[in-house]
Amino acid sequence: MTTEAQAQAQPHVHHPNYVKVWAILVALLVVSVAGSLTHIRDVVLVAAFGVAVVKAYLVAKNFMHITVEKRWVPYLLIVCLLFVLILFAGVAPDVMHHSGLHWTNPSANQAAQPAGEGAKRE
Amino acid sequence: MSAHVEHAEPGVLKKYLWSTDHKVIAMQYLFTGMAMALLGGFFAYGFRMQLGFPDHSVPGLGLITPGKYNALVTMHGSIMIFWVAMPVLIAAFGNFLIPLMVGCDDMAFPRINRLSYQIFLLSVLVLLASFFVKGGPFGGAWTAYPPLSASGAYNLTPAGAVMWLLAVALEFVAFLLGGINFTVTAMNSRAPGMKMYDIPILVWMIVLANVIFMASVGPLIAGAIMLLFDQTMATGFYDPTRGGDPLLWQHLFWFFGHPEVYVVLLPAMGIVAEIIAVFARKKIFGYKTVLYTAWAVGFLSFVVWAHHQFVAGIDPRMANIFSITTLLISIPIAEMVFLYIATLYGGSIHLDTPMLWALGFVVEFLIGGVTGIFLGSSGTDIYLHDTYFLIAHFHYTFVPIAIIATFAALTFWYPKMFGRMLNETLGKIHFWGTIIPFNVIFIPLFITGIAGDQRRVYNYALFAEQSRPELQHLRTVSTIALLFMLAFQLVFLFNFFWSFRHGREAGANPWRSATLEWTVPSPPPHGNFAVMPTVYRGPYEYGLPGHAEDFVPQNVPDSALAGEVKA
Amino acid sequence: MSATAKPLANTRSGTGIPTARLITWWVIASEIVIFGGLLASYVMHRIGHPEWADAASHTNTWAGAFNTFVLLTSSLCAVLAHKAADAHDGPRAAKLLRLTSLGGLIFLCVKGFEWTADIHEGFVLSSGGFWSFYYTLAGLHGLHVLAGMIIMLIVAADAAKNQELQRVECIGLYWHFVDIVWIFLFPLLYIAR
Repeated sequence: MTTEAQAQAQPHVHHPNYVKVWAILVALLVVSVAGSLTHIRDVVLVAAFGVAVVKAYLVAKNFMHITVEKRWVPYLLIVCLLFVLILFAGVAPDVMHHSGLHWTNPSANQAAQPAGEGAKRE
Repeated sequence: MSAHVEHAEPGVLKKYLWSTDHKVIAMQYLFTGMAMALLGGFFAYGFRMQLGFPDHSVPGLGLITPGKYNALVTMHGSIMIFWVAMPVLIAAFGNFLIPLMVGCDDMAFPRINRLSYQIFLLSVLVLLASFFVKGGPFGGAWTAYPPLSASGAYNLTPAGAVMWLLAVALEFVAFLLGGINFTVTAMNSRAPGMKMYDIPILVWMIVLANVIFMASVGPLIAGAIMLLFDQTMATGFYDPTRGGDPLLWQHLFWFFGHPEVYVVLLPAMGIVAEIIAVFARKKIFGYKTVLYTAWAVGFLSFVVWAHHQFVAGIDPRMANIFSITTLLISIPIAEMVFLYIATLYGGSIHLDTPMLWALGFVVEFLIGGVTGIFLGSSGTDIYLHDTYFLIAHFHYTFVPIAIIATFAALTFWYPKMFGRMLNETLGKIHFWGTIIPFNVIFIPLFITGIAGDQRRVYNYALFAEQSRPELQHLRTVSTIALLFMLAFQLVFLFNFFWSFRHGREAGANPWRSATLEWTVPSPPPHGNFAVMPTVYRGPYEYGLPGHAEDFVPQNVPDSALAGEVKA
Repeated sequence: MSATAKPLANTRSGTGIPTARLITWWVIASEIVIFGGLLASYVMHRIGHPEWADAASHTNTWAGAFNTFVLLTSSLCAVLAHKAADAHDGPRAAKLLRLTSLGGLIFLCVKGFEWTADIHEGFVLSSGGFWSFYYTLAGLHGLHVLAGMIIMLIVAADAAKNQELQRVECIGLYWHFVDIVWIFLFPLLYIAR
């Protein structure tokens, strides 16, 4: 059983070149903004969210040192994310969709019509 | 190594109101929770009097109008869950016991501990203040479904609705802070030698409850912010006419609401585990199984929530899925009950008051659990939802959790907390005077519920299709039983306060228990342990053959036992 | 020497992780579900309401991008502060933490200008589904930035005296989390709208 004094005595992480990491993050930011300027839907989405995931991973790994931390810490955080996904999976059929098995939400369907995309799903 | 830090004796104010000592904070939570329990019980008296004797003026409350009725049921439910069950079971007993049971001198962050109580107290004050505003306290049910809860024009308690929401939000913050503190303390601050499987079950259960709470309350905090804005800032998060969806609130609420019931159940089961080990003089049967099953319950509790919404208009395919998961979760709970029964089997059973309460918990909770099957299956739930069958079901689970387990814990740890024994005779009178009326209150309600009595209706006579005068006698019996049950609580209150001064002196270990809290004086001094303990074995070493005593405390080294073993 | 003596409970480390950092991870875990719940609610509504695209097109992408840059840079300062604290250089860590806070302040000021412009155009909290979510999401995040700044300045005050240096890493972890939330808010509210 270690005491805090012992745990603090030696730094528990190796410090990489943080400015280099920062430069990569800024470059990725530029990529995501550039992608949005193309106005091609798939490029925009991949640039935006793909880059976001990579940036988040870089921050977590290099700034938060999560890969050097005890194993169960990132597992805990992933489990919390998993709960958010479970929430989404359980709620989206009611809130995101406007019709399902034996039900429709006519006003929501109608509101979506002008955009041309809000077609009723079977 | 002595953990006690010398400082000047603090004044009364600092000692009792500004203390960072976990035991003082525990008492603050305990007494606040008990006071709120009296209030919640008084409100139950109010609405049951209306149901048992419709349209008669209720002593102490006057005539119960529909608005008053709605406020009474809303406040009863909210108070019992958020301001009684959680503060008493988790905050009070967790605060008092965790540092003692794991063998350290306080919580890891005593000032955060103090802050959590202060925020909790603020939530109590905001809730109480809501009783005095225009319109009175919130009357939209503890589940606060919009549009009723979002619109003052509908709920007629606009100020009360906002204050209720703020009080609940503050309570959540208090328990997030407190809970994280408990978890870190249990993980990090254990005595040397206390490995994972040497930790008393109660500590595991409280930690698990805190983790479940923390992981489930987030979406509801988000939802509460949205509801607050709907109430006060003219947003339309839950307004279908403006692109919102009331069903979103229901999902966010119950995503928390269902794990919440396990948040209160697990500490109750932990309390029962500790007590049956001591009063059966036998170690918990299948400690690791109890633990892993509890983890399974914790995880499964996150995937059952929409069984509260089977008739709310959710997609029927989701209803199928949630029915299956709901029925599944009964398995690990049943397993835990079987393990407790196996612990009792072959034990040397002593029916002291704490043990009566613990056994009462098992029996009554069993009834609650099996009646849940009918509600968890979406088919039968279509009929039974929001009837008194549901109310009886959840009282057969909640009352064991919030009332029976609380009395079990209070009668068991009172000697440690206050240095005196409670009177056993009064304890037994109180026990039977609570348990028997409790069943007489709710069994008739199963019957009226199956017959079709809907909940949240203040007077059936006004609704021709619901008015069934032939059931009125059952409703009245239920009310009278409640009056008896409330009256018997006076026995407990007398016993509790009288024994402060007049109870037999307890000594350190009157129940001859093996866990660490019983190795210190009663009540424990500031700093808890004169000499910080080292742990050598698990928490339930009872009935070991060849020893002079029938139990071995966790902190006694093997070498000290050598002389005790009989040839 | 800090004012209140720490209990033994605070100095033990059964997990091998110092208690301050351990509690920070739990705080972050609880924040994931809070923001996650709000974000999930937004995403559901946004996908289900494609007609919100018109309202959403009015967010200022350049302000959002600049703010992303500001937060990334402030995260750099925070982690350099951690490095300084590890080297027991309290004053340098304090200086870097204060720079991080400054980044937070710039972020909030830019947001202030951005929102002022939006409000002048008539887009307020109650202006409809998209804007309600926009202000709530960014507002909740902004509150966390503000809280982080305040705590950071308190930690910096102690660090400048070479005290409680372990807290430098912890407030840094919180700040990186707030940065990560924004890393996802930026595309959600400003790009893929």
